Amino acid sequence: MFKNLIDWIDARIPMTRVVEMHMTKYPAPKNMNFWYVFGFLATIVLVNQIVTGIWLTMNYEPSAAGAFASVEYIMRDVEYGWVIRYMHSTGASAFFVVVYLHMFRGMMYGSYQKPRELLWLFGMFIYLALMAEAFMGYLLPWGQMSYWGAQVIIGLFGTIPFIGEDLSLWIRGDYVVSGATLNRFFALHVIALPLVIVILVFLHIVALHEVGSNNPDGVDVKRPKGTVAEEDKTKFEFHEYYTSKKDILDDVVPFFPHMVLKDLMAFGVFLFLFCYVMFFNPDMYGKFIEHPNFEMANNLKTPEHVFPVWYFTPFYAILKAVPDPFLGVIAMFGAIILLALLPWLDRGTVRSWRYRCGLHKWNLIIFAVVFIILGYLGGTPGTPFKESLARVLTVIYFLFFVALFLYSKNEKTKPLPERITK
Amino acid sequence: MKKLLVTLSLLGGLVSSAVFAAGGGPLPYKAEIDQTDKPSLQRGAKLFMNYCLGCHQAQFQRYERTFNDLGIPLDVGMENLVFTKDTKVGDHIKNSMPADSAAKWFGAPPPDLTLEARLRGPDWIYSYLKSFYVDPSRPFGVNNTVFKDVGMPHVLQELQGVPRKVYETRLIDGQEQEVFVGIETDGSGELSADEYDQAVLDLTNFMVYIGEPMILERESMGWKALLYCLVFFVLAVLLKKEYWKDVK
Repeated sequence: MFKNLIDWIDARIPMTRVVEMHMTKYPAPKNMNFWYVFGFLATIVLVNQIVTGIWLTMNYEPSAAGAFASVEYIMRDVEYGWVIRYMHSTGASAFFVVVYLHMFRGMMYGSYQKPRELLWLFGMFIYLALMAEAFMGYLLPWGQMSYWGAQVIIGLFGTIPFIGEDLSLWIRGDYVVSGATLNRFFALHVIALPLVIVILVFLHIVALHEVGSNNPDGVDVKRPKGTVAEEDKTKFEFHEYYTSKKDILDDVVPFFPHMVLKDLMAFGVFLFLFCYVMFFNPDMYGKFIEHPNFEMANNLKTPEHVFPVWYFTPFYAILKAVPDPFLGVIAMFGAIILLALLPWLDRGTVRSWRYRCGLHKWNLIIFAVVFIILGYLGGTPGTPFKESLARVLTVIYFLFFVALFLYSKNEKTKPLPERITK
Repeated sequence: MKKLLVTLSLLGGLVSSAVFAAGGGPLPYKAEIDQTDKPSLQRGAKLFMNYCLGCHQAQFQRYERTFNDLGIPLDVGMENLVFTKDTKVGDHIKNSMPADSAAKWFGAPPPDLTLEARLRGPDWIYSYLKSFYVDPSRPFGVNNTVFKDVGMPHVLQELQGVPRKVYETRLIDGQEQEVFVGIETDGSGELSADEYDQAVLDLTNFMVYIGEPMILERESMGWKALLYCLVFFVLAVLLKKEYWKDVK
């Protein structure tokens, strides 16, 4: 009976084939460590944001007069509205936590290198769309930080020569951030950008499965046809799509159930941390929900300090570190574009930092530390010392790419293992 | 091990950058509040309705929810804590002061207080209510060390008495200087200093409650959620071990 139903569906859409190709018979390197769970976690958070977002939309009112009150209505009068709202607000920050770790994983193990350049680019587009999504979503509660944060960020476009003023006017739909801005941001936040993100995530996964997952050793687990002895081949059955093109080494496991179970373990830990924040510290010391946002937007009253949410602060620090506003905007966007260009800036052929030169390891670690300190500097009130520190760190941020480009050409790497290691 | 260190330092960086940024000036007092202390919340509600609600509102919070959460019978609450005309128990906690006139009288409309505790934190509210002092240069004759030149009269003066700044003469760097050491009341209020501290603590407690009325429910649900996560994690580990035992 059940089999008949499956056959009936399979004769009409390729259900079983897709499940096998991308889940049960998709080969994943078995040495993938804990750094490899963040893609899975990002997907879970995306689903969380979409589902809770739909339920929030049922009671949210996108208008300057009603938005703030409707959020409090959700928090107080809607059954479990506060659960849904905290899941959404915590989810926004959790999204960036897992995405930043996911990106750093890619940098550690050279996952952006050939043949995964397009995979990396799709990822960077997701990151950009995510930043736009988060920025527009943050305006919706219509608190003081929502309002002034948006005012400042949209104002950045005003620094562009010639077209700047008109451009920021066009984005706002008004001379200041107003109900018109709120309404368009709402439309983009709940329809346009989620659609874009879902499509990009789909493409990201298609690109991943076409070239196969990288692993902490950066050594290929698939070899050209006919080069692998029979006893070295995998004992698992994989989809013909993969086995017909390449010989697959005994270094892989099926994505389902093996990898998914690993991911579920990580999900347990993630969920624990998520629930801790959500139930015991939902504003996370004013970082996930900034305290000034508990006051309704008031265009006559500027908060003492205006900071973007924590996940934007590294780039905000770079923006402020440059004395000229327009050059600051260029530096800020440049900081992101350079990341997208990593596959071409890194001229090395060895992927994983395990087998690359010591300089590369230090370069990456310093880059990560600089990014975090910039995030701290961009989210706290400036002092002369902090301002000069931000300038130095901004230079180091960009030097990371310059250095990588230079040393990766003739890099002294360690010998690669023939097969993946434990 | 090295991997672990890198990870921990990354996560540590993320968390510490969040913690250090909490900021704000140093506050003179810490509010040791207890959301489970119903009598304290009830006393706080009484103070709020009697002293704050004349000018401020809690326009996102309803009387009914408040009475139910605080264990006040609805008829008792309606009788003793609702002072506006034609108010139903399901209504929001509002006053009848027109916002336009309020702006004229005080320079700015008195802010809504529903979320004040979330905006400024309980320590701030507690410190603020204890930091009024006589200052004849101000329109209402009082100023505040926590909120300089605040446009609000000292509404609780009949409880606290007249608070004055106290100075001591101290020898600093070989010179005698007047140093501000604290605020003391002249004792003309209805309450003693300790009673006044307790009263504003109750009021702070109540304001934390209206800021997030589901706070107790949130935390009790949180413990269950964390327990569930642990069980889930153990099951996931066992299942993973079972499937991976043959993978070399």
